[in-house]
Amino acid sequence: MAILNGKKVVIIGDRDGIPGPAIEACVKTAGADVVYSSTECFV
Amino acid sequence: MDLENQKRVKDFAEQYGPENVVVVLGAAEGEAAGLAAETVTAGDPTFAGPLAGVQLGLTVYHICEDEIKAEVDAGVYDEQISMMEMVMDVDDIANEMSSIRDEFCKYL
Amino acid sequence: MNGYPVLKGASYTLAITPDMVIHNGTTQTTEMIVNPESEYLKELPNHLRSFEDAVSYIPNQVYIGNAKPADLAATEFPFYDKKWENASRDGKYGQIMPEDEFYGLIQICDVFELVMLEKSFAASVKEKLAAQNLLKEDQLAALDKNSENDDAKIASLVNDEHAEPLYFEHKLVGAVKRAHDVDVNLSAHVMLENLVTKASNVLSLIELVKKAGVNPDEVDYVIDCCEEACGDMNQRGGGNFAKAAAEIAGYTNATGSDVRGFCAGPAHAMLHAAALVKAGTFKNVVVTAGGCTAKLGMNGKDHVKKGLPILEDAIAGFSVLVSADDGVSPQIRTDIIGRHTIGTGSAPQNVIGSLVADPLERAGLLMTDIDKYSPEMQNPDITKPAGAGDVPEANYKMIAALAVKKGQIARTDIANFVKEHGMTGWAPTQGHIPSGVPYIGPLREEVLAGETKRAMIIGKGSLFLGRMTNLFDGVSFVVQANDGSAANGGEAGFDEAKVKAMIGQAMREFANGLLGSEE
Repeated sequence: MAILNGKKVVIIGDRDGIPGPAIEACVKTAGADVVYSSTECFV
Repeated sequence: MDLENQKRVKDFAEQYGPENVVVVLGAAEGEAAGLAAETVTAGDPTFAGPLAGVQLGLTVYHICEDEIKAEVDAGVYDEQISMMEMVMDVDDIANEMSSIRDEFCKYL
Repeated sequence: MNGYPVLKGASYTLAITPDMVIHNGTTQTTEMIVNPESEYLKELPNHLRSFEDAVSYIPNQVYIGNAKPADLAATEFPFYDKKWENASRDGKYGQIMPEDEFYGLIQICDVFELVMLEKSFAASVKEKLAAQNLLKEDQLAALDKNSENDDAKIASLVNDEHAEPLYFEHKLVGAVKRAHDVDVNLSAHVMLENLVTKASNVLSLIELVKKAGVNPDEVDYVIDCCEEACGDMNQRGGGNFAKAAAEIAGYTNATGSDVRGFCAGPAHAMLHAAALVKAGTFKNVVVTAGGCTAKLGMNGKDHVKKGLPILEDAIAGFSVLVSADDGVSPQIRTDIIGRHTIGTGSAPQNVIGSLVADPLERAGLLMTDIDKYSPEMQNPDITKPAGAGDVPEANYKMIAALAVKKGQIARTDIANFVKEHGMTGWAPTQGHIPSGVPYIGPLREEVLAGETKRAMIIGKGSLFLGRMTNLFDGVSFVVQANDGSAANGGEAGFDEAKVKAMIGQAMREFANGLLGSEE
């Protein structure tokens, strides 16, 4: 069963890892419904 | 995890039902990924935010894990993420994530 | 003007403020609100370093120029349990100031009579500051205004009049009053934050004069690039920290303005300065910034949990003088500029592409043609225990990975590339402070000594934190050994004998400046 397809996806990106918008672009192609996307910053 | 983000995660779990919510992380390191994953499953380990003591048990993955990569369009993944696979310790991240999932996820 | 704008000098300063970590760092003030009885807040005071420990901390000695970046790279990780031998608060590029003196400097920078210090504390601080030879008599006299301030008066300001307390060694020694009864932009909290960034900025501007031999009378324009905002309720970010700080530091002939861009602010400000000089608008432009109280102890929870000292206990500052081409100093290549555009997006490869690969490609250079990259130079001693990784190293790996994607190096060469073209970060996590600019001081020296020929300074900023956009940001520029193009009509050329003679003269002037500063 697909993990992302049709699911409400919450994205917690990282400024020094993968930022939110990059993750968003990816998971949308898998049929995810992105309800929130943010990017955290530790520095 | 940022307090505002914890609040949002909690609200979405209530609004859509925890079984319908998937959290996808982009943390730079295994340890940080593990802590974020723990926060949305077993509760905020730092006891600072709205998820302190709240065991949502949400399904949570890191964007670089094979399970997620397999579902994403290969061209988009290559364009957005692939370079970072050379930068981050993806194996370490995947190990941290799967151990948290095995222990705390309720909806796998 | 022919040639390029040059890096004429740089200064770097720290103020070690352990009490401010507890009372002003947002990690701690947030915890006091949401979890006042927490174990963390109880444990925290046991993890604060002494001033001496902070001075001998190797990354701090690199920051003020007493140790080189290469010395830190040669130090076994972690750094917090090691000391730099012959460490001194006085550095080649600036100094490390203890908290009590810094409070005195804050009062001297306060032109609105908001800062009150307890009278005996003020007297002792005045004596210590006088011995530092940084300030004029009439400036030090500001500390005499505390003669009526006893413990009871300071306590009542804090308890009854909404003032922010100032503690030294856990004892209440002063207060910062609010500047308006209603306006939150002039609250005691904001005034303290702004006075701290102003004072740390002033300290760096003064050290630029003392240590880099800059004549303040010749500075035309000053650009502040910190991350604070000053103004009142009708213009919350009204600004001009630059002019406010330059006034206290005695840059009488300068005007100025503020440039903002989160952590990328300093790199943007350097481009502004270089452009003003290249256009001939001004001959001497100083880029400067003080530090921030908010980020003190930002990752403190992780440091305490892992038994480490609180490593984010310093308010940092820096100043850089950008001048018209003197034929000797390192040049800022105003024609090799990287920029993260709105269309770039946030994919890491696009970000690094826009900041590093694209500008080099346009200039016909390979990524291996840059000897040293200075991206975000955060000290990994601070970030690694907090799970944020080694930020400069991650940047170097990204640059290397992109070089692989471009076919400029082999995948197996990534580690080598990181080692050869990278550095170990030494800057405190004060937001804008680590962003590219900490290397300008050492870079100037390395270029003049012929050790480094070409470097890239990269600033990156998390604009999304302001909730006005989801965009990321960054700009970059290349610095190179002076090509002599100022002398021959703007064409790159190299008259070795002439350059050697000019370097000899510059070194003599520098040596004289050093002798002069010890008088």
